[in-house]
Amino acid sequence: MNQPNIDIDSIRKQFPILHQQVNGKPLVYLDNAATTQKPQSVIDALTKYYSVDNANIHRAAHTLAARSTEYFEDTRKTIQQFINAREAEECIFTKGVTESINLVAQTWGRKFLSAGDEVVITALEHHSNIVPWQIICEEKGAILKVIPINDAGELLMDEYEKLLSAKTKLVACVWVSNALGTINPVKVIIEKAHAVGAVVLLDGAQACSHLEVDVQALNCDFLTVSSHKLYGPTGVGVLYGKRALLEAMPPYQGGGEMIKEVTFTHTTYNEIPYKFEAGTPNIGDVIAFKYALDFVSGIGKYNIATHENDLLNYFSKGIQLINQSTNQSITLIGTAQQKISVQSFTINGMHHFDAGMMLDAKGIAVRTGHHCTQPLMQRLGLDGTIRVSFSVYNTREEIDILLYALTKLLRLS
Amino acid sequence: MPQSTTDIQNDIIENFSLFDGDMESTLFYLMDLGKKLPVMPAEHKTEDYIVKGCQSKVWVFPNFSDGKVSMEADSNTEITKGLVYLLWSIWNNRTPDEILETELFFIDKIGMSRMIGSQRSNGFASMIKQMKLYALAYKNSDRDA
Repeated sequence: MNQPNIDIDSIRKQFPILHQQVNGKPLVYLDNAATTQKPQSVIDALTKYYSVDNANIHRAAHTLAARSTEYFEDTRKTIQQFINAREAEECIFTKGVTESINLVAQTWGRKFLSAGDEVVITALEHHSNIVPWQIICEEKGAILKVIPINDAGELLMDEYEKLLSAKTKLVACVWVSNALGTINPVKVIIEKAHAVGAVVLLDGAQACSHLEVDVQALNCDFLTVSSHKLYGPTGVGVLYGKRALLEAMPPYQGGGEMIKEVTFTHTTYNEIPYKFEAGTPNIGDVIAFKYALDFVSGIGKYNIATHENDLLNYFSKGIQLINQSTNQSITLIGTAQQKISVQSFTINGMHHFDAGMMLDAKGIAVRTGHHCTQPLMQRLGLDGTIRVSFSVYNTREEIDILLYALTKLLRLS
Repeated sequence: MPQSTTDIQNDIIENFSLFDGDMESTLFYLMDLGKKLPVMPAEHKTEDYIVKGCQSKVWVFPNFSDGKVSMEADSNTEITKGLVYLLWSIWNNRTPDEILETELFFIDKIGMSRMIGSQRSNGFASMIKQMKLYALAYKNSDRDA
């Protein structure tokens, strides 16, 4: 039996938001796949930046600017280590995973995709890893292909192999499904894509707070990271890309920071990563993001995953017990063998929206709806689910509160 | 003389005030109210009369005769259906002007402002807008006739 080596009480104390009442009940926050809460160290870093250090970076000669620049670049080094990139310059700051994917679609895609080329995605994708590819494929006359899934929410790898050919230029694949929690076999996906000469973008939005990330071992070409799903501030994301690819790509947006020299007739561009960071970036949030990464590294991914898996198993067993006494009234959606601590479900005879509202009335925050994965919901024949997602600060006691609330809800359905 | 839309809203607020802000009781009561909504004929629940939200759907089938707007309505979620019933009780058989001039202050007062905060999330918010559009169209057609 794996025991996580963590002290949940002391972790919970670091999250001020958890200690409040919602609708007269203690908050039980189970919507971590949408966004995680922020530890005090992240909140303090934001306050300190604006109280003490605020200055524009990479420009002025004064002390505050030097300090801000140093802290900003510290975060770049920290994320480099966090994902084990070869160089810090391969980590570009964006405003989130959505922008990271759009950046690749609009620069790499614009330069390297042609009519008849194929882009492969999966049936599990979030809209942010579908729509940017639809836009560029339509513009270029390229074709978007989709790896199908089985009913458990696992990719059909045989079908994936059939989709690959010399025409495949890019495989854009979610590492962990936000709606179902499925962990995709990305190592194999990357190897097979590379075998036909395709480039691979991994959407790491959900994965990076739960799984060990090593971009060199994975050998992915691009990886997207979200700060706010990793205990950091909103409005910050990272695009990791291999140096050779980033250097071959044209700039994304024009403006300050991304240039080397500008005249009215010609502009030369800055080196990576600055080539892709036009304008004043989100300095304060990037600086605070380092503290979120330190928080995760301090606890350790193994400990986090062990604790979260325990919560998922505890919840699944609780649902089994409820189902035994209520004629299988709860259906788990997404039952892949390899999963993170995300579980979607439906309740017979009750709309997910009503269930979400009723749980909120008991202070329990869950997500309901299609989770920005409408094609996946269509594939599963659903118009939405109730989704719970457990994080490092959640407890078995909170799951007991959820299970008890669900038992009471079932009397209504 | 029927009650004014303001009087009906004040009655609703008084009824909900009994729950003293308790969200769970409020929702139970709303779900019960939804059961009082007259059954909407299935043939009227078509794509033409659906008001789509991200999570809940509402159907509204309007009719205009003798200068008054009547409505059949339904929702696929119980809580939204309760709100639809309240709106029906305020607006059914009203003149287009009465509908257009109504300020729906009851929603906030019964603690349901989140249901109109975002049209994206809820068909109820879209329904209010749609009913006002119907009223405006009827008003114009009445004037032109």
